[in-house]
Amino acid sequence: MDLLKVNWGRRKHSLFYYLFLASKQLFPLDLYLFSPNPFRFDQPSSSSRLFDFGRMSQAGVDVPAKGGFSFDLCKRNDMLIQKGLKAPSFLKTGTTIVGLIFKDGVILGADTRATEGPIVADKNCEKIHYMAPNIYCCGAGTAADTEAVTGIFLSNIDMVSSQLRLHRYQTGRDSRVITALTLLKKHLFSYQGHVSAALVLGGVDITGPHLHTIYPHGSTDTLPFATMGSGSLAAMSVFEAKYKEGLTRDEGIKLVAEAICSGIFNDLGSGSNVDICVITKGHKEYLRNYMEPNPRTYVSSKGYSFTKKTEVLRTKITPLMERVEITEVGEAMEE
Amino acid sequence: MDLNLDAPHSMGTTIIGVTYNGGVVLGADSRTSTGMYVANRASDKITQLTDNVYVCRSGSAADSQVVSDYVRYFLHQHTIQLGQPATVKVSANLIRMLAYNNKNMLQTGLIVGGWDKYEGGKIYGIPLGGTVVEQPFAIGGSGSSYLYGFFDQAWKENMTKEEAEQLVVKAVSLAIARDGASGGVVRTVIINSEGVTRNFYPGDKLQLWHEELEPQNSLLDILNAAGPEPMAI
Repeated sequence: MDLLKVNWGRRKHSLFYYLFLASKQLFPLDLYLFSPNPFRFDQPSSSSRLFDFGRMSQAGVDVPAKGGFSFDLCKRNDMLIQKGLKAPSFLKTGTTIVGLIFKDGVILGADTRATEGPIVADKNCEKIHYMAPNIYCCGAGTAADTEAVTGIFLSNIDMVSSQLRLHRYQTGRDSRVITALTLLKKHLFSYQGHVSAALVLGGVDITGPHLHTIYPHGSTDTLPFATMGSGSLAAMSVFEAKYKEGLTRDEGIKLVAEAICSGIFNDLGSGSNVDICVITKGHKEYLRNYMEPNPRTYVSSKGYSFTKKTEVLRTKITPLMERVEITEVGEAMEE
Repeated sequence: MDLNLDAPHSMGTTIIGVTYNGGVVLGADSRTSTGMYVANRASDKITQLTDNVYVCRSGSAADSQVVSDYVRYFLHQHTIQLGQPATVKVSANLIRMLAYNNKNMLQTGLIVGGWDKYEGGKIYGIPLGGTVVEQPFAIGGSGSSYLYGFFDQAWKENMTKEEAEQLVVKAVSLAIARDGASGGVVRTVIINSEGVTRNFYPGDKLQLWHEELEPQNSLLDILNAAGPEPMAI
């Protein structure tokens, strides 16, 4: 193990530790606490972890780059749990998610409550995830799992939305819903149900509107209307009573909102607002917070004010994302 | 009541495959359950492998879908390389290889049925574990337990297409009546030299068996109906 320790600034760290961080993309708060290394601050965050390898070799230690996983943090977690710290439970989306096919396309709906055990962690989260311009996916289950499996996970291009985009570039055509379905199904099956993501995938492609449900173990169903999540029974009862083929857009939206509301009011794991996404041929509408049946009551009309003695010394507004202006310079190179 | 919506999807199921004079008839119910909740009441358990070979799936929904997807892909390549339609025996063997070699991880029972020009209509049963057995008729799934005696009595060689299909529909609806994990509609697929025919029998149009009630649209109809005639002395 000593061979692998590298002299990095003032502190020796295992090579594997950095590999672990690089692969996990953790913001290295731990690292800041352990070693206030002046070199760290001028590096942009995230993917520049890869720069470590170059600097490692500058340190003069010739170590063959090995793959593998560093379990250091797992040992730390075990130690903390033994000392009595309760591990944070993962954020689940209790959830009611639904989808239905109407005359011109697909309507997806979701509630907006994310729970962590008995506590509402996020009163207004987004459960309808973008997969492709014509395909959206609602996710129930562990919030991290549904985000990761549908999203664009920067360091690991395994994730379906980015796979679809690459596929679009390769084929030169719009994505099809069954492509997204097969990619999601493959991913979830390979994890044998441990990735706890139950999804309602809907979209309109060249072959028409499609709606599919995908379960954590990787099985899929193709249906004209579908519900998933803890509130699925409440929502399904509304659909079974009122669904018919050939609904218009307004009727469809009304039915979806009703089904989600049924989940919101009758299921403890679902709540807050209703999000709706309408996808038709060549056009989509993401109606965020279409309905807010749980407004905050008893808001103080006086508003909030600081105590009278407070003096404002300085006001500074820092934009969190830099605006980048792109200017066209000259002409494109010609061969 | 423990619904357990996180349970893996299993298709409780009744699946049947029957040969007749000139082809095969495959039949299945349509219920997919997660624990005690019916996740899909109209699923299609008879999936196509090639133009002339279909497979009935039972057991874990995810496992059976993945196996049939792989075999469809292998058979597609095989058909291109061979230059003619794949035989039922090859399809069954491919499924068997996947099922046997991964027997520790898969939980799915399958019935492969089809028609090819060398052997005619054939049915192969591939239960858990990966055995492959060529049979004149095969039954599988949780509902099949109720059909062994029925088939011993009702099956005969060289039936016509109509007789075979009626037998299959009757058998599936008997199993639906007795097995909680089977239900919904009855789907049949008839494969012969002329091609493939898919049929659909909705649950409320099936024959009623012992002590089964007429399907009702509303509880109110039942409550408001006139009671039985009082006995006359």
